[in-house]
Amino acid sequence: MSKKKTERRDFLFTATAAVGAVGVGATVWPMIDQMNPDASVKALASTEVDVSSVNPGKTITVLWRGKPVFIRRRTQDEINEAKAVKLKDLKHPEKDEDRAKNPEWLVMLGVCTHLGCVPLDQKGDYNGWFCPCHGSHYDISGRIRKGPAPTNMEIPKYEFVNANTIKIG
Amino acid sequence: MSDHEYTPKSNFGKWFNDRLPLLTLANHLTDYPTPKNLNYWWTFGGILTFCLVTQIVTGLVLAMHYIAHADMAFDSVEHIMRDVNYGWLIRYIHANGASMFFLAVYIHIFRSLFYGSYKAPREIIWIIGIIIYLLMMAAAFMGYVLPWGQMSFWGATVITNLFSAIPLVGEGIVTWLWGGYSVDNPTLTRFFTLHYLIPFLILGLVVLHIWALHVPGNNNPIGIDVKKPSKDTVPFHPYIVIKDAFALLMFMIVFAFFVFYTPNILGHADNYIEANPLVTPAHIVPEWYLLPFYAILRSVPDKLMGVIAMLSAIFILAALPWLDTSKIRSAVFRPLYRQFYWILVADVLILGYVGAMPAEGLYLLIARVATAYYFLHFLIILPILGFKERTLPVPLSITEPVLGGSSNLAAARDDSRLEKLK
Repeated sequence: MSKKKTERRDFLFTATAAVGAVGVGATVWPMIDQMNPDASVKALASTEVDVSSVNPGKTITVLWRGKPVFIRRRTQDEINEAKAVKLKDLKHPEKDEDRAKNPEWLVMLGVCTHLGCVPLDQKGDYNGWFCPCHGSHYDISGRIRKGPAPTNMEIPKYEFVNANTIKIG
Repeated sequence: MSDHEYTPKSNFGKWFNDRLPLLTLANHLTDYPTPKNLNYWWTFGGILTFCLVTQIVTGLVLAMHYIAHADMAFDSVEHIMRDVNYGWLIRYIHANGASMFFLAVYIHIFRSLFYGSYKAPREIIWIIGIIIYLLMMAAAFMGYVLPWGQMSFWGATVITNLFSAIPLVGEGIVTWLWGGYSVDNPTLTRFFTLHYLIPFLILGLVVLHIWALHVPGNNNPIGIDVKKPSKDTVPFHPYIVIKDAFALLMFMIVFAFFVFYTPNILGHADNYIEANPLVTPAHIVPEWYLLPFYAILRSVPDKLMGVIAMLSAIFILAALPWLDTSKIRSAVFRPLYRQFYWILVADVLILGYVGAMPAEGLYLLIARVATAYYFLHFLIILPILGFKERTLPVPLSITEPVLGGSSNLAAARDDSRLEKLK
């Protein structure tokens, strides 16, 4: 095949198509991006929680960004149990120390990592949480032990503002 | 198509038809040659059209009273039920109408499976039908979210979270779908918009579905090609119209029974509790028509694989014309396929049943076996059966079996086919 010479018209076709594609992209993007979280949703990024009334062995649930956050004050037995688990027994290996910096307080998103249901407290085969939707069992550190969920329950960004107040977000 | 030239009788008709041939179209639809042996399983196309129109009309009226806002949606639905004149009736027709729509579409689909209506030359009709079915599921799911009850909210959460199974971009897609970090007001308003849009998309596809049907014409219970028009066909009007109308009346009796006597039996009591993002109902189940797919989703212990299995279960249907290798359409002449067909029907019913049960113990085991069989049917049994099965002799025309023993046999046979035999 003889090498075809690039003509002026070929250049015009390519240039027109390229400019057209950029134009379509620039027009479509706002239509797509308008569905992403808006400024008012993003503005509700952090929540402060008073935890002074939570007794050991109790969990409170607070709403953060429309999702439940579990704050559990764990008993010494529960902490020991969480620390005793061997990493090789875990589907998603994470040390309890990495999940609860202050071992007495476990702060995590109360959202099953399978399909987003809220697991039930002190249920399931591992003495932690159990998701009623599709049967995922979590331990007292919120780690997935059995069932379809792929990962441990997520730990949000949080800090102790003072001894009694946790700031989430 | 075998449209003879049509000329309107009146001068105005001629003038109009020359400019826009609507009268030619009306004439085509009236005279449309239809196999004379169509049974009542063929009346569900008309019934489905009725269902679509019912949903659009009642939905339009409901939208005049419904408020798509997370704080007001639940109350506005109760307002429709208690305050709006005949609001209870219109909402119950719409809610049960969705179930009736699916009931009819499942019969319509299984009719196709039994009589091989998806086979050449009707693949495009079938694929358009599958797209309509997918859109129906999307519309039904989003419609179920609108009352903003507990099942609405958690159903929406679970289904949208299916997308989070996609590696890397999954979480971003879910956030985009929600318009936030959880199902909330932005999710509700966009679902309302799409729920309003989809029925009109379906309407457009129904036109294409019928258009594609009118090219080869209807399949029929013995699944043979029929010469049109011939001794084997009757005009659509009045023969099929009256049959469709009678079946529709029977169907409306069932419809009315649900609307007036058990309007909530197909719904879930938890949806009369307003949405609460802190509490998941103890037992989340989708509407009955999605249960088989839900069972498939839950039967796979891995999140991504579960989602893939569920979607494959639907999309595999689109490949059916090529998976079924048998040249014989109707199960009437396929003794083995007929048995596998009924096993498949039982399998789907079993999947639906275990989909409504907790995903544990024996139910989970049954769901896994039934899921495996579902794929086995389409991917292994159907392709092999086409080669291995000894089919029964197929009649040459619809009339032949009727006049089989008579001296008129030759007359009964389709002329063109007879010529081929000679």
